Amino acid sequence: MTRIAVVDYGAGNLVSIDQALRAAGSDVVIARAAPDLDGADGLIVPGVGAARPAMDRLRRRGLVEPIRRWIAADRPFLGICLGMQLLFEGSDEDGARTLGVLPGRTVLLVGAPRLPHIGWNAVRRRRPHPLFAGVAPDAPFYFVHSYAPHPAGPNAMDVALAVTDHGPDFVSAVARGRLAGVQFHPERSGRDGLRLLANFATLAGKAA
Amino acid sequence: MLAVRVIPCLDVARGRVVKGTRFVDLVDEGDPPELAERYAREGADEIVFLDISAAPEGRATLRDIVERTARRAFVPLTVGGGVRTPSEMRDVLRAGADKVSLNTAAVADPDLVRRCARRFGSQAVVVAIDARRAVKSPGQAAAWEVVVKGGRETTDLDAVAWAERVVDLGAGELLVTSIDRDGTQSGYDTALLRAIADRVPVPVVASGGAAGPSDFVAAVLEGGASAVLAASIFHRRQHSIAAVKAAMAAAGIPVRLVPEAAA
Repeated sequence: MTRIAVVDYGAGNLVSIDQALRAAGSDVVIARAAPDLDGADGLIVPGVGAARPAMDRLRRRGLVEPIRRWIAADRPFLGICLGMQLLFEGSDEDGARTLGVLPGRTVLLVGAPRLPHIGWNAVRRRRPHPLFAGVAPDAPFYFVHSYAPHPAGPNAMDVALAVTDHGPDFVSAVARGRLAGVQFHPERSGRDGLRLLANFATLAGKAA
Repeated sequence: MLAVRVIPCLDVARGRVVKGTRFVDLVDEGDPPELAERYAREGADEIVFLDISAAPEGRATLRDIVERTARRAFVPLTVGGGVRTPSEMRDVLRAGADKVSLNTAAVADPDLVRRCARRFGSQAVVVAIDARRAVKSPGQAAAWEVVVKGGRETTDLDAVAWAERVVDLGAGELLVTSIDRDGTQSGYDTALLRAIADRVPVPVVASGGAAGPSDFVAAVLEGGASAVLAASIFHRRQHSIAAVKAAMAAAGIPVRLVPEAAA
């Protein structure tokens, strides 16, 4: 059975993610310390809120380096909302330095008609990706945020897997190797969200 | 483009969904998670649970309801009623809510909005504003006063000024209920919605008075609402969520259409 570790660092609820992964036939371990990652095939970092307290909590729990090593080894990883923003170098929201495994920063959604961006919006994929297998093109997912990642560097456009418009387009999903991140909340996005989480579990199972 | 949300509101007391004019003639309507799941299937974009008893002993019950809902309905959940401190808010979020709505507690302690926003982010903090049209002399512009405790107590707060203040303090969304219209099925107070939506940068959720699909359209086009909330017309099955969304789409409003939900 595929085992998915879901990091619990006190930022947001894990109930729906846990349930969605179990419904997809995965074994779920709630990871609060580094040893909890042992034996996991996939790693999910969820989370809402600000970056600095999140990084502080990950550090206190000794999870920063294990997460970096996991990603450096190109093992299956999914960041959700804040969990994706943390992949970049820093956040304009509170100036925090974050994991820095992807070049770029988390920035305010400039030009948005209203903020926070709350509700269902189309996620337009720029290329096919197995995370979205079986999900209609432009299917809507649920967002609740004011900041989003702005990938930088020569491979920025390769990292940007999908875009969504709220005013101008912003990057709503990223992917590189077995690493993926989504700005929306699959655990709140009905059938398509469940499918995305099940797809991640499948990818983790294949990589095991 | 961001879809305008259609949100059924479930009033909860003693662990059950109830209907009736607040606190009076409550009729048992069923199990909250079961109803929430049904609405999610029918196309609800978000579910609001409002704990109308809001008694301290009800908090554990409410958390249990939220958790059971989060296990079976994969839709956004907002919880209102009874949260008075950031640690109470934390408990509700950890049970599976995305947002917590503050009402009377925010009026009693406006700094609560700031403390909650700082700890959990503005996107998790909704301030619910219950407003009533103020009596005015001829020639004066329309004005609304904030009322609390389900409209039983007035305050000296102007609703538009209060809206601006709580947004400054960190509220990420406003749930604006017209107490004049609530339960009357005479349509949303679109002038109230417009007065607030024009003055704040955050989404405004319209509440109070919906009778039919055209009211939802008016809340968005005339009131400037980013989301529309209703209770009784959905509970009594007078109109389906799909029918409301079809009317909104026909008026050119972006909505999330759920193919499997029949009108």
